[in-house]
Amino acid sequence: MKTIYLDNNATTQVDPAVFEAIKPYFTELYGNPSSMHRFGGQVGVTIKEARSSVAKLLNCDSDEIIFTSCGSESDNTAIRSALNSRPDKRHIITTAVEHPAVLSFCKFLEKKENYEVTYLGTDERGRLDLDEYRKAISPDTAIVSVMWANNETGNIHPIEEMAQIARDNGVIFHTDAVQAVGKVSIDLKSSAVDMLSLSGHKLHAPKGVGALYVRKGLMFRPLLIGGHQERSRRAGTENTTGIIALGKACELAAKNMETENTVVSRLRDKLEAGLLAAIPDSKVNGDPENRLPNTTNISFGYVEGEAILLMMDQLGIAASSGSACTSGSLEPSHVLKAMSVPFTFAHGSIRFSLSRFNTEEEIDFVIENLPPIIENLRKMSPFSAEKEGLACTGPGSMQ
Amino acid sequence: MWEYTDKVKEHFLNPRNAGKIEDADGIGEVGSLACGDALTLYIKVDDDNIITDAKFQTFGCASAIASSSALTEMLIGKPVEEAEKLTNKDIAEYLGGLPREKMHCSVMGQEALEQAIKNMRGEAGTKAEHSHEGELICECFGVFDEEILQAIKANDLKSVEDITNFTKAGGGCGKCHEDLERLLAEAQGEAAACATPSATPAYPAEGMTNIQRMHLIESVIDDDIRPALQADGGDIRLMDIDKTSVTVQFMGMCSGCPSSKATLNNLVQGKLREKVDPAITVTEG
Repeated sequence: MKTIYLDNNATTQVDPAVFEAIKPYFTELYGNPSSMHRFGGQVGVTIKEARSSVAKLLNCDSDEIIFTSCGSESDNTAIRSALNSRPDKRHIITTAVEHPAVLSFCKFLEKKENYEVTYLGTDERGRLDLDEYRKAISPDTAIVSVMWANNETGNIHPIEEMAQIARDNGVIFHTDAVQAVGKVSIDLKSSAVDMLSLSGHKLHAPKGVGALYVRKGLMFRPLLIGGHQERSRRAGTENTTGIIALGKACELAAKNMETENTVVSRLRDKLEAGLLAAIPDSKVNGDPENRLPNTTNISFGYVEGEAILLMMDQLGIAASSGSACTSGSLEPSHVLKAMSVPFTFAHGSIRFSLSRFNTEEEIDFVIENLPPIIENLRKMSPFSAEKEGLACTGPGSMQ
Repeated sequence: MWEYTDKVKEHFLNPRNAGKIEDADGIGEVGSLACGDALTLYIKVDDDNIITDAKFQTFGCASAIASSSALTEMLIGKPVEEAEKLTNKDIAEYLGGLPREKMHCSVMGQEALEQAIKNMRGEAGTKAEHSHEGELICECFGVFDEEILQAIKANDLKSVEDITNFTKAGGGCGKCHEDLERLLAEAQGEAAACATPSATPAYPAEGMTNIQRMHLIESVIDDDIRPALQADGGDIRLMDIDKTSVTVQFMGMCSGCPSSKATLNNLVQGKLREKVDPAITVTEG
């Protein structure tokens, strides 16, 4: 069975061109870039090129890029560095809709190290309130960490403006841009962002590599201490194939971002419109006017997300859900909760995230096959009687 | 992805007896939309008190649907008296097991069955209502202490996480975790109080003959006390044993040591009390 992969905010397929680029570094070119000999040195040169490709995509200098193992490590490094470099300050600002890489770490700092953390709320569309943000900043604030784009809804936050407000108040600004890099244009030279995290496997590089941008001149305290790799800012033998892959993936993203996004967002819009038209009591979560081109988060009222996902899985369709039952927790996604999405809808939310590898045929298949799944689950639900008229009448309906 | 058994998957993908019985003899409703899962169970019972038909309507995840489907299969053809003995464990076992985090789905089945039977007997309405006699512990999921205590006892739950897996209590904001710890301790305390007397003696020398007791004292002195004293250049000699009174003599560096009194009480008497009999007193001869 062919897989229709619509879960690209979880991870992406490694681009074949990326795979080709790294192959020799597993076999013939396996030297250690830190070695003195030419065999390792030539790998060091390729890593330098990769660093330059990442920097170009973000419009920053190469020496402002530190390679890490993943987005979570980049996020943790950024926050810890800011706190360690300003030990007199005890306040952190973040949002209630961050990825656990930031949210859980902030909660840990709050509980175990007595930092004060402000979690900015959102409105029902997932938008942050800039006035609330301005008011939260105090002389004790060490760092603001706000994601560039939300992984569940795709909402894009006003990062440039928020970073400038932080700078005006002398506060370090970090952004977890894991979902945004490669999908939105980022120009760090003209922004006030101090640190930015990205992850390779979200933009068609393999898993296990990430990067952290640290603005030149910003005081930095490494998380990993050991060897002199990454100019002593991140110890540990380089993940050479991962880094080279990330460089290639960034090169491809820079080259194709605009065109690809046009195609991807058209497919996303088609999927969204098709499902909303065919399935009553369904709605989009988030801010449709300001979100990533590849993401739509749709809630199907009165059905439960895990059941939908598993039924979809039977047809080879892979997506994600913000429902409680998929996560091991008992409450639906913290993002949907922060947006006050009603329970009726929150439990039945499905995130579809596309990539350049999705096709029109795949989208047609989902539009045809998802409505009967929702209809069947609704028929089985004790709430169906309360919601007469929920039956699907769109394409593929069993009625 | 959850690791579901083939039977769970089979019942989820091809649920048996989904739907409604319009003229049901008993109806049990549990859960809610807010909680993320809900089940309505319908039963039809004949004059011989045999359940001739059972159907369900479930809003929930794969294991909730599979548990409901399994429950109806287990009920059809069973006398009510037998059916009411079914527990959530039976439902989970029928399905070849459920992930521990999903055990509350089987509990929901058991609760719906209890309610349907009560409703059939005219003892209650269709919807399971909490008695509100107990204390509301988990506000997020509306779980009372009685239900939690019952789940702890019925399923031998050992941790707050277990309680959450079986009852959902504590799965929201987490504010009730301390209360859940308290209920666990309470249930475990009751279990300890109800336990049969232990066969383990209260202290090592309990029930020993005098000779056995003397040998034990000698061996504790040889194995646990003497080496410690010898390490400091001293030694000890056993002078006499009279029931729980032991007389010893210090030797070497320990003889005349300013700390000998402390050594006698803390090391010698302490060790003998711990390893032989808490009633032992040691004097220097």
